[in-house]
Amino acid sequence: MIAYIVRRVLYAFPLLLGINLITFVLFFVVNSPDDMAKNQLGQKHTTAQQIEDWKRERGYNLPLIYNEDASAGAKFTETIFYQKSIRLFVFDFGSSDSGRDISYDIANRMWPSLTIAVPHLIVGLLITITFALLIAFFRASYIDYWAVIICVALMSISTLFYIIGGQFIIGKLLKVVPISGYDTGLDALKFLILPVIIGIVGGIGSGTRWYRTIFLEEIGKDYVRTARSKGISEQLVLFRHVLRNALIPILTGVVVVLPLLFMGSLLTENFFGIPGLGSYTIDAINRQDFAIVRSMVYLGSVLYIIGLILTDISYTLVDPRIRLS
Amino acid sequence: MAGRHSFRNLLLISLVGLILYGCENSQWNNPYRDRDQHKDIIYTSFKERPKELDPVKSYNAAEYEFIAQIYEPPLQYHFLKRPYELIPLAASKMPARTFYDDAGNQLSHDVDPSSVSYTIYDIEIQKGIKYQPHPSFAKDSQGVYYYHSLTEDDLDDVNILADFEYQSSRELTAEDYVYQIKRLAHPNLHSPLAGLLGNYIVGFSEYREKVLDAIEDQDAWLDLRDVSMQGVKVIDSHHFSIRVKGVYPQFIYWLNMPFFAPVPWEADKFYSQPRMKERNISFDWYPVGTGPYMLTENNPNLRMVLDKNPNFHGEKYPSVGEPEDYALGLLDDAGKELPFADRIVFSLEKESIPYWNKFLQGYYDTSGISSDSFDQSVELNFQGEFGLTDGMKKRDIDLASAVATSLYYLGFNMGDPVIGGDSQRARLLRRAISIAVDYDEFISIFQNGRGVPAQGPIPPGIFGNENGEMGINPYVYHWENGRPVRKSILEAKKLMQQARYQNGVDQDTGKPLVLYFDTVSRGADTKALLNWMVKQFAKIDIQLVIRGSDGNRFFDKLDKGTFQIYQLGWNADYPDPENFFFLLYGPNSIAISGGQNYSNYQNSEFDRLFDVMKNMENGLERLKLIRQMNEIVRADAPWIFAFNPKSYSLYHDWYKNVKPNLMANNTMKYKRVDPLLRAQSREKWNQPILWPIYLLLVVLVLTIIPAARGFYQREKAKGV
Repeated sequence: MIAYIVRRVLYAFPLLLGINLITFVLFFVVNSPDDMAKNQLGQKHTTAQQIEDWKRERGYNLPLIYNEDASAGAKFTETIFYQKSIRLFVFDFGSSDSGRDISYDIANRMWPSLTIAVPHLIVGLLITITFALLIAFFRASYIDYWAVIICVALMSISTLFYIIGGQFIIGKLLKVVPISGYDTGLDALKFLILPVIIGIVGGIGSGTRWYRTIFLEEIGKDYVRTARSKGISEQLVLFRHVLRNALIPILTGVVVVLPLLFMGSLLTENFFGIPGLGSYTIDAINRQDFAIVRSMVYLGSVLYIIGLILTDISYTLVDPRIRLS
Repeated sequence: MAGRHSFRNLLLISLVGLILYGCENSQWNNPYRDRDQHKDIIYTSFKERPKELDPVKSYNAAEYEFIAQIYEPPLQYHFLKRPYELIPLAASKMPARTFYDDAGNQLSHDVDPSSVSYTIYDIEIQKGIKYQPHPSFAKDSQGVYYYHSLTEDDLDDVNILADFEYQSSRELTAEDYVYQIKRLAHPNLHSPLAGLLGNYIVGFSEYREKVLDAIEDQDAWLDLRDVSMQGVKVIDSHHFSIRVKGVYPQFIYWLNMPFFAPVPWEADKFYSQPRMKERNISFDWYPVGTGPYMLTENNPNLRMVLDKNPNFHGEKYPSVGEPEDYALGLLDDAGKELPFADRIVFSLEKESIPYWNKFLQGYYDTSGISSDSFDQSVELNFQGEFGLTDGMKKRDIDLASAVATSLYYLGFNMGDPVIGGDSQRARLLRRAISIAVDYDEFISIFQNGRGVPAQGPIPPGIFGNENGEMGINPYVYHWENGRPVRKSILEAKKLMQQARYQNGVDQDTGKPLVLYFDTVSRGADTKALLNWMVKQFAKIDIQLVIRGSDGNRFFDKLDKGTFQIYQLGWNADYPDPENFFFLLYGPNSIAISGGQNYSNYQNSEFDRLFDVMKNMENGLERLKLIRQMNEIVRADAPWIFAFNPKSYSLYHDWYKNVKPNLMANNTMKYKRVDPLLRAQSREKWNQPILWPIYLLLVVLVLTIIPAARGFYQREKAKGV
């Protein structure tokens, strides 16, 4: 297994380099270093000299990818791409274009994202799996029929509607929790209830339908028939045998998102004023802060790759027949 | 069995906890800490994190909202008087201005400006002003600064400024103002004002080179006190002077902006130490000022908190204002000690819906009015004036409004062969378009009436803007029944005919007239607006093609002159007509000097008048020149003067001393809250309603019962 993991990690390097290159090209197709400087310095009274000074100080005065004036290897290393990307591989994110330490910001802002994402994932998973198992239990009955209709209805509603509707009903009409905001320590609890509930309710429809499909597929298999023929109750068949065998597709969906929980949610964080990494990324895009955009894309890619490796490893844990080689 | 019991116990504990929480705190939705309920705190919000808090770089209203309460430049605007009037802030009196010729001889004040070689501003500051407590001032018993020679290890346990054990203060000196002016010229600090000040302050541009040379010679922190600037001089500990090239009367307005706030060298030295910046311990994060407030919590992703500066030198609420201010109660606090509030809490609120709802719940003291909430808060009364809706009146919410000292305009590229140039044909075409694009309608449809149609470059509230018939743009409006009425489309069509574009066809070439409008407005949100714009041009048979692009490409086009029509706005830096007319001044053309005359408008008579007008004191003579200049630009029509936006804000009755002041940014010190009234209102408005939750639980239980029965029936059913 170790050889497999090492190989996967090595595969990741060209992948990350490619992602870096694509992010770089996409960003600089839209924004030139001059645009970035103007954006940071403002349009009023800005002189060409100031733009040049800004670029020089931050290393944006170099050619983008290929430096014709340099010699030998410096043709590639004396470029913005090389200078800005190579440090990412050792997780040195440097400073944002406005001069703030990116690692410090990430370390601070991942916690609010996690405080919402973790309960959302765990409670949401428990609820959707339980619902899906119950619906599978009542398959082909009126309960199954209506549950599917409700699920389809729930998944047809946009997240934005859940957020605004939730804030309106629970925060404004019922006045049970604050409409938006965040705080540190235990004071954060009252702010988390609403976004977590909205996140869970918003995900029930699609999650329940997906797991129901998986369970129904499992229920039709021979081992379930064998279990039933041995006289095991339907409750045990579902929660012990079917659930365990359905874990592989469930894990595929869950483990891969675990590392990405840090990254936060753009909409939820914006509407609830939660200072997480989701709003950090969207702010950076709006401010054309390439240093942050690049770091967040890189971090997201690394976490996604870690998620995929973890998924592979988790297969071997839930299914002893699978071997990583 | 045990598991089932523990689950039941957990439910019971949660329920009891919930009830106890409810008993202890009747406002479950209170976003603030309960212990602050009755404190003298102002609650407000901010929409996006401030980009810069360093006064050398900060240059927008969102940032000034914080730093203007912290830093004290020499001057400030009077809170109540209109027209806007500068008064001393940290200065002990208004700066003295003296003119000199080339030989250094002093000239009289009424001398011809062209004979003035330079002007000296003498600024005296008050004695006894002290900085807020800050670690950079802290010294040990030997008089050695505690934190000026920190090693990297010393900073291991330091993450915020409060982690430094010792804090101290010192008296404000003239040297601190001079230090900041030198910082404005520092090439690595990128002050947005550096380019402009380089044109005016003697030795300012040269200072850049001096600093570059000095930095080259040494790696360590550069003490700017050691590098002199020719035009700024410390005369004594509380007196300094600034030498300005020629005559530049508008310079005095800059002296009220945070750019000219004092910066102590100790703080500069402190923040320049290694590893400080990577911990975000910098001027940008922790301002050091002498003002009424100091920034005690800087979490721009969540909350910014300003607390009363314990070392504040004291200031009194103004005792004079406009006549109506007495009736409005704006002088009830006359002569009282400032600031009133102990703390100001700014919460990050990116979206307008939660912001508005929290205002209605009493958790914000004041609110702007977004288009989402406009109909809910404001309605037109019988007199055609905006007033509050009954819902707002029931909550004792008040409305404040003011026309902003801003202008939106639709500009033409004067270098374009069709729409631009000095020919009569192009001029008539521009005038026809000026009539056709109906900004009265625009304000009504897209601004909810929040604006007034602009009649020229100068917005209301600034010298040179005139009311009544004298003030209208006669090429677009005529005066009828005591009010301006937009000219008819027939008149616009006549102009089109005179310009040989009858029915939108170029009579010379026989081709239809197609114009291009460059805009940053794109996507579904602005579709209605752009469709409206196309229809305006279609009224005089012109085909308008919309060319949407992002902000960067848009400004690229303006830089290169590859556009025909564009839309921009300008917000006054200071209340002087020069600050608007310079946008049409020929030498300030973007093609010539990279300035802000994006239309590349050139009119030698206008430029001549501008050169004279900009150096004059406000008065009849200046007004005469302004009228001539207005006439020239109205006739040439390089812009369509679109509208001056009107700002509306709402505030609760516990929030006192609200008078819109669109020039001053340091007005939080005048605001007073009645915390008791606020607490009572919040209590009344925010009782939790729980019955729908109980009802939902009952419905859930009722739904589960048949399901559970079905479950057990299936379990017990015998297989076939």
